[in-house]
Amino acid sequence: MQNEHAANEANYLKYQGKYKGLFAWIFSTDHKRIGLLYLYSIMSMFFIGVLLGLAMKFELLAPGKTIMDAQTYNATFTVHGVIMIFMVVVPGLPAIFGNFLLPIMIGAKDVAFPKLNLLSWWLYMIGVFLVIAALLFGNGAPDTGWTFYAPYSFKTGTNLLPAIFGAFVLGFSSILTGLNFLVTIHRMRCPGLTWSKLPLFVWTLYGTAWIQLLATPVVGITLVLVALERFFGIGVFDPALGGDPILYQHLFWIYSHPAVYIMILPAMGAISEIIPTFSQKQIFGYKAIIASTMAIAFVGYLVWGHHMFTAGMSGTAQYYFSLLTFIVAIPSAIKVFNWISTMYKGAINVQTPLYWGASFIFVFMIGGLSGLVLGSLATDVHVHDTAFVVAHFHYIVFGGVGFAFFAAIHYWFPKIYGRMYQKSWANTGWLVFFIGFLALYSPMFYLGMAGMPRRYYDYLDEFHSGNILSTFGSWIMVTGLVIIVVNLVRSARKGKPAEMDPWHSKTLEWTVPSPPPLENFDDIPVIAEDDGPYNYK
Amino acid sequence: MEQNAHIEHDHYDAEASKIGMWLFIFTELLLFGGLFVVYSVYRYVNPDAFHLAAEELNTTIGAVNTILLLVSSMTIAMSTSTLQYKKKGATLALLAITTIIGIVFLVNKYFEWGVKFSHGIWPGSEHLLNDFSQGEILFFGLYFVMTGLHALHIIIGLVIILVAAYRIHKGTVNENRAALLENAGLYWHLVDLIWIFLFPLFYLLT
Amino acid sequence: MSEEKHHIVPYRVYVIVLMALIVLTFASIAITEIELGAYTVAGALLFAGIKSYLVLTYFMHLKYDKKYIVAMVAFVFAIFVVVLVITFLDYLYR
Repeated sequence: MQNEHAANEANYLKYQGKYKGLFAWIFSTDHKRIGLLYLYSIMSMFFIGVLLGLAMKFELLAPGKTIMDAQTYNATFTVHGVIMIFMVVVPGLPAIFGNFLLPIMIGAKDVAFPKLNLLSWWLYMIGVFLVIAALLFGNGAPDTGWTFYAPYSFKTGTNLLPAIFGAFVLGFSSILTGLNFLVTIHRMRCPGLTWSKLPLFVWTLYGTAWIQLLATPVVGITLVLVALERFFGIGVFDPALGGDPILYQHLFWIYSHPAVYIMILPAMGAISEIIPTFSQKQIFGYKAIIASTMAIAFVGYLVWGHHMFTAGMSGTAQYYFSLLTFIVAIPSAIKVFNWISTMYKGAINVQTPLYWGASFIFVFMIGGLSGLVLGSLATDVHVHDTAFVVAHFHYIVFGGVGFAFFAAIHYWFPKIYGRMYQKSWANTGWLVFFIGFLALYSPMFYLGMAGMPRRYYDYLDEFHSGNILSTFGSWIMVTGLVIIVVNLVRSARKGKPAEMDPWHSKTLEWTVPSPPPLENFDDIPVIAEDDGPYNYK
Repeated sequence: MEQNAHIEHDHYDAEASKIGMWLFIFTELLLFGGLFVVYSVYRYVNPDAFHLAAEELNTTIGAVNTILLLVSSMTIAMSTSTLQYKKKGATLALLAITTIIGIVFLVNKYFEWGVKFSHGIWPGSEHLLNDFSQGEILFFGLYFVMTGLHALHIIIGLVIILVAAYRIHKGTVNENRAALLENAGLYWHLVDLIWIFLFPLFYLLT
Repeated sequence: MSEEKHHIVPYRVYVIVLMALIVLTFASIAITEIELGAYTVAGALLFAGIKSYLVLTYFMHLKYDKKYIVAMVAFVFAIFVVVLVITFLDYLYR
């Protein structure tokens, strides 16, 4: 075991600091431990969100009341949305893998502001507790939907304030993480690691951090205004006092649409690491992927209005938003093209992360293309607020971010825990999950087209068969999820020890031991002129 | 944790702190930016009511507060120079002046709001809801929210300045490690910057 | 890294900038008292814009900072203006 002088060589899971036990984790400023703190807390929230989702699907197994009444259903989808958006997918990849990997990938010992990084996690936990408090105490869980639309959000009798305040605190946590990453990327790259040699995951974190920084404050102030509206009746969103509820929607989506890109950009970054590694080939169009990342970040900031096509906006604004929505699809398509071209004629090594990566591309394309149906004005009127929309954003948000998350956790698992996962169970889990996912969400496209509205606990008989299939799908998917999680938890403790670079990858995190030592590098690495993150033979 | 203390000693990077502060300022700008969007929309929808309501505000107090903030901005900017010239006493004196001006600003604000309250004008008050038009209600709603949020930022700025002054007094912030004072200055200028826009939008456009 | 030499701004610069800011404040008060109709708002914003430029450039040291910080600041102001304009695509044509 470690003795005193070897303390610094101990890996980050084991070293002994000033505190012991749990405190050695929750007061640690080590970016890797903070990454794992996020992993555990985000996964816990994810499981709660999944259970709520299962409950909703169970309610929809048959028309009429199955297990809950309308009010409970409203609260369930609200809480499901708030948890999944604000606590799982928005912080998901940046906070977990960004924290763990960013400093190692750029050859640094930690992020620029380690204490601020720990504060971000604490803020995250405070936000979580506030939202949980909103559910358990007061006049019942919020029932507004995760969008908190005015004027209902300041009229509802449910316990909305703690939830809003929680979302505000979570936003603050997200901002500080973004700020930390931006400074880290600007100031702490190791010698020789120029901007054009950064791994693509780092580039996507960079784009994401800018959106976190520039979009989150807008929703922050909007939520403050809703709270003040509830307290004092300042009138800004209250039509009775001259306020305009549509302005609330504008402000809300100025954040919440870019938030979709906060979720999806790091997911794309993770896929951009995985595909070249398992193809053992230079990524196709490195610069094009960077350019498309920044284009998505920028244009994605300006398309919020496509959530409001039926809200009563002016026609001019509708044309504009529709046009830009089509434009923002282009850089996403460029990425898909690049990933597939990378695999073409590569030395494909079929491993679990590649299964997840390839299925990511598949579901992301379906999600993206169905987005165009919603982005064009005429068809949006038909499917707006139907199950079609639910199917679309679950294909993007869950199919995109979720699949990329599982790809990433399997890919970096050996680095994080220093052990290999059990391969056959991991593959089985993926297959079951993938089938369940398709069965769960695909029928909703059809149901939405046929006119089944979202956010209703009841439906007409003609939608029955589609809903049965969807509910069965949810059970299959959760079975897959259980297999995956059990396998990972078991492997983290009992898996066979991992090598330094099990996938023969070229990025910097694979040049340090698995798991990495406390400060990552004994000597800060120097990148030579002809080195690169994807220089495969 | 000793290892962490170790990391921080190796790693004093004034430029990193500066960028960090700028990035934080960007979030503050967009926080107020959201409010400016709300203001612009309602001003566009209710031009006459906004004119009328702005007549209620006291331009003189607004102008005095503007000049106060501008002067305090200069004094804190000067303090970054005096610190570089290694004049600790002058630096602390300039920070003291800045703090006092900040407090005077808040006192002015207190009296200004007090007059409104004594006229029965506050968010959601009977008088406001019954005797004013919708545009005026919006104007005063925004007036209280925006100047209130700004005053909150003045208080935060003052706290940062006091911390910086204490650290200068102790010597842990000095000409070689000036980042905290520079950042306190940047934050204070941000507060000034926002007021530069609040003042004409609420007090002058009558 | 602290060897990077700091540019020390002379006091004179700060005093001149403050004078300019105060003059501009009075000028903006004066211009809004003239009846210019719709141009009053534009006039007030113009003066506020010049004042904020001075504060950013001299008080906030952007003049002496690295160019990429200036670029970031410009970008943030630009994106705010763009968001405002896009929002008004709705309200102007409703």
